[in-house]
Amino acid sequence: MSIYNVFMLLAGLTIGSASMVVISKHPVRSILYLIVTFFLISANYVLMNAQFLAIVNIIVYAGAIMVLFLFVLMMLNLSKDNEPKSPIIMTAAACIAGGSLLTVLVASLRDAVVCKSFVPAVNDDQGLVGILGKELFTTYLLPFEITSVLFISAIVGAVVLTKREKQIID
Amino acid sequence: MVLASIFETVSIQHYIVLSTVLFVIGVMGVLLRKNAIILLMCIELMLNAVNLLLVAFSSYFGESDGQLFVFFIMVVAAAEATVGLSILVLIYRNTRSVDVGIFNKLKG
Repeated sequence: MSIYNVFMLLAGLTIGSASMVVISKHPVRSILYLIVTFFLISANYVLMNAQFLAIVNIIVYAGAIMVLFLFVLMMLNLSKDNEPKSPIIMTAAACIAGGSLLTVLVASLRDAVVCKSFVPAVNDDQGLVGILGKELFTTYLLPFEITSVLFISAIVGAVVLTKREKQIID
Repeated sequence: MVLASIFETVSIQHYIVLSTVLFVIGVMGVLLRKNAIILLMCIELMLNAVNLLLVAFSSYFGESDGQLFVFFIMVVAAAEATVGLSILVLIYRNTRSVDVGIFNKLKG
């Protein structure tokens, strides 16, 4: 099995499971298909020699974010299918809009030549953890530190938003 | 350590088309679905499509900057999911529903 066939298989599976996220009516099933999609995207990262990013993608997305979604879904007890049917004209309009967007993007990007005489990089070790870490802690040190401020504000925001206010006893 | 590049057999255009299709699936999900949790998930799907393209170009050019951008996108996505879901929990407490069709109180 050549690497081209591996790519085609992965691409087909990724697109299929991503479509199932949108198509499936049951919210829990939708979340599980999204986890499958993230694993397949990680497989694509491995194919492109971004091994560390593949592991981080599985840990952060499939491990943390999707578990958060699943937890909220279970906590709100929304796992039963009670989504109202959208009118057929809305569905048709959404399909036409999405199809147009796909057509325009693919048509404009298909002939885009990145670099006419560019030879793809042979030494393909930029995805290894040592090189990424060195780059992150030298060139991108300031954005990395600002990221921690962003995380703190997100944590504080989540806690403040979901905290129940004290009942006023009169 | 020299690893074989995938771009000797698969062109960069394949990855452009793949991530465009994934992005459009996310847009379609936002347009089609009414459940606010699934809307947030479709936003994650769109972010992942962009991540895939960034990694593809990073691997294509042999530079690690694109992969570091993916790290920052992941951080922003995690923060966004946290705050978005907590707003969703708050809305559910007030309205007992996560249907975006009834969130029209801000329309004026």
